Amino acid sequence: MALVEVRDLQMHFPLGGLDSLLSRLHGRPEPVVRAVESVSFDVASGETLALVGESGCGKSTVARCLLRLLDPTGGSIRYDGAEIASLDARSLVPLRRDIQMVFQDPTASLNPRLSARRMIEEALMLHTRLTAAERRERVDELLEEVDLGRGLGDRYPHELSGGQRQRVNIARAIATHPRFVVLDEPTSALDVSLRSRAILLLEKLRDRLGLSYLFISHDLATVKYLAGRVAVMYLGSIVEVAATRELFAKPLHPYTRALLAAVPVPDPDAKRDPFALSGEIPSPMDNVVGCKLRGRCPLAQAVCAQPVPLREVTPGRLVACHLA
Amino acid sequence: MSILPIAPISVPPSLVWRRIRRNPLSFTALCVIIAIALIALFAPLVAPYPPDATDAGSALQSVSWQHWLGTDLYGRDQLSRIIYAARVDLSVAFAATAAAVAIGALLGAVVGYRGGWVDNIAMRAVDAVMAFPAFVLAMGITAAMGNSTGNVALAISITQIPAYLRLIRGEMLRVREMEYADAARTVGNPAWRIVLVHLLPNCLPPLIVQATLAMGFALLTMASLSFIGLGIQPPQSEWGVMTAEGASQIVTGEWWLFLFPGLAIMITVLAFNLVGDGLRDFLDPRMRGIR
Amino acid sequence: MIDLLEIRDLTVQFESDTGDIKAVDHINLTIRRGEVVGLVGESGSGKSVTSVAILRLIRRPGRVTSGTITFDGVDLASLTEEAMRQVRGAKIALVSQSPRTALNPVIPIGRQISRLFQLHAGLPAEQAKKRMLEMLALVRIPDAEKRAKQYAHQLSGGMCQRVMIAMALATSPQLLLADEPTTGLDVSIAARILDLLRELGARTGAAILFITHDLGVVAEICDRVVVMHAGQVVESAPVRTLFNNPAHPYTRALVRSIPRIDRDVAMEPIPGSVPSLLNPPPGCRYVERCDWATERCRQSRPPLLEVAADHLVACYGYEERRGAC
Repeated sequence: MALVEVRDLQMHFPLGGLDSLLSRLHGRPEPVVRAVESVSFDVASGETLALVGESGCGKSTVARCLLRLLDPTGGSIRYDGAEIASLDARSLVPLRRDIQMVFQDPTASLNPRLSARRMIEEALMLHTRLTAAERRERVDELLEEVDLGRGLGDRYPHELSGGQRQRVNIARAIATHPRFVVLDEPTSALDVSLRSRAILLLEKLRDRLGLSYLFISHDLATVKYLAGRVAVMYLGSIVEVAATRELFAKPLHPYTRALLAAVPVPDPDAKRDPFALSGEIPSPMDNVVGCKLRGRCPLAQAVCAQPVPLREVTPGRLVACHLA
Repeated sequence: MSILPIAPISVPPSLVWRRIRRNPLSFTALCVIIAIALIALFAPLVAPYPPDATDAGSALQSVSWQHWLGTDLYGRDQLSRIIYAARVDLSVAFAATAAAVAIGALLGAVVGYRGGWVDNIAMRAVDAVMAFPAFVLAMGITAAMGNSTGNVALAISITQIPAYLRLIRGEMLRVREMEYADAARTVGNPAWRIVLVHLLPNCLPPLIVQATLAMGFALLTMASLSFIGLGIQPPQSEWGVMTAEGASQIVTGEWWLFLFPGLAIMITVLAFNLVGDGLRDFLDPRMRGIR
Repeated sequence: MIDLLEIRDLTVQFESDTGDIKAVDHINLTIRRGEVVGLVGESGSGKSVTSVAILRLIRRPGRVTSGTITFDGVDLASLTEEAMRQVRGAKIALVSQSPRTALNPVIPIGRQISRLFQLHAGLPAEQAKKRMLEMLALVRIPDAEKRAKQYAHQLSGGMCQRVMIAMALATSPQLLLADEPTTGLDVSIAARILDLLRELGARTGAAILFITHDLGVVAEICDRVVVMHAGQVVESAPVRTLFNNPAHPYTRALVRSIPRIDRDVAMEPIPGSVPSLLNPPPGCRYVERCDWATERCRQSRPPLLEVAADHLVACYGYEERRGAC
């Protein structure tokens, strides 16, 4: 049994407004934004699963559903065997020790009025019975653990650099010894040269503390380094799942291939794969039948108008493409 | 994306002082308010005469060395009366504003965080109250409840609450979408803690500015109520009352009875306004780091 | 042939409550006609400030305290504000990050572009509209007629950036300043914007100063690269030389610190952090983070010397070791 099991997760946002009202009056289904549509995956204990995709693919929404910042409109989420998708607020509290999140924007996710120390300490105040002195010690430990040093604990967010703020976020996430941490684009707001430090820190913490990660990112280079398995999302659904090495060596889904071809490589002589998709990412409100990539895919055939399931083509490798 | 380079060091208190000095007008106004407050506090020590001491022999005397600001119909020293009146004016203005801020902010925070139908009802109530001109509303409440200092404070408070409610609600709507609110939720904070510890402190800066400005308005409302005969009544010393009394004496030429209480009101209200403006600049994070 | 843009000894300082911050410290930079130059550095290295200085838009609390910027033979500081305004937008154009916020939200995007033609080229409305549609086609916006009537919030991030590029190129500028134009865009969209910039640069003959912290992007589009650290230029080289033979320790550390998708090499974070720009040390600002640091590096600032064809480096350590090779 995996640590986290997600089955057919669904998150639809009603649009509201006049159209919605009229549809309801006429008995028609309401227009909704299908942010996440039937997503299933597992994260085993100690594993790092990456969830990659571009804007509108729903990966951040999946993260928020897992953390129950949003209430999923369908599907199941099992953590350590127990169903958590429909738990009420009170029952969720003990879970907050075990499941944590590192947010994307290191500046926006820190309260500008609280010092670093206070923010890291908060989780301890809420979930443990440590005395103030014990908490202080633990916060010091955490600050050392993330290479910040005790001296920086009393600083406020505006007195820290971007990289330092992100480390405060990480310290806060691991304060209560969680087992599962969702990393929501933890390096996207950092300069490219700072990303390696953050990734190496996350790797060190994972190995030392036995953490399991759901690593959400659009930065494929860091994904390649940190993740053991990768799931690629497009417009709310998973289109490919594979072990990292295999995915990068031989992507099966056209979207994965186009994504990999677009990543800039710091080598002026590198040959670029000219494979590319045409057009723009369509709106998640359009209800497309069949493969959602159809309008943009250079390999599209007639069969692509049929609904396409996510099937296992070789053990551990899933693709949602008629042509794979 | 700002191009200002960020120096990741703390701003020591000495720089706070430097920032205060940057706005000499507001700083002067702040000194004036502190001076008035101190005078009011130490009125028995500062005032040359007891405020109610009548002296028929010296009635209706103009400005002189014995009575710096003259005397009124009953021979009471105007300067002393004005000093003692400061107590009433400042304390009522402060109490009314403080109560309005506390109630309005708390309600606004709850309403803004919850949203939904609670928000809708609250906002319509606010709209209803704010549809009345504030002064007319204060008049109505005072007339209905009777003329006493306490009722005046209550009336002013009620007219101010909607403004703070709306202000904090607006700030709360902005702030509850911030990532640190989500972060607070994921860590496991119950809703009340998120609102009180995380969100409300971040809504405060515009509130502080507004409250300071509103103190001036509270004072003006109070004085105006007294001027038209509602609220605080003579012989109580209060600037509005005194101005009203003085107004009736103008035709007989006793200009000092009207001018000085009026000046007192004007200077104090102006000072509050200037301090409020200065506070706004002071608290603006973009002005930090600029000499 | 004289260079298109020549920056000599430029210093830009910012006043703050805690002292003067030297965001740009006596830098030299040249751009030739038609060239794509990458300006690379971490946040706080002074690269954005440099582009603002080129446009002569440094305002309080910042000021230019030394140096000259010569554009097409003309010293920009000698121009009146009116003359400078003719240069800005027309001869030197800017494309920056967050295109959606850079566009006016209440004016349809088509009108924002055609206004430029009316303003700078003096064209009447009908002709301006025609040119505007040509520009939209040039930046490959499909359905141009329909899109021209739309507002910024109705366009995707990638489209907004294309509109910004159209606005920048409308007046056929000689120099395009691109300040992190693809940061924040999706990977595949960013790749297409880069292709577009490269192609349009070649087509119109405009030089591009491409400011970024991403070396991958630099490798894709630039002919020459200038590396900045803490307000100082540390290295300038043709792009292949920079990646194959980086000279300055900072450049080498930068290249080693990038997570790569094409190779299985270990990432090494750059040691230390960007030094404070407040009262900086007199010498090289990389001294606290550098393996080769000596007392000399601390005391005096290494000059930018030409060590090979078109390859300039400011490092005492490199000079010494080079002699030994």
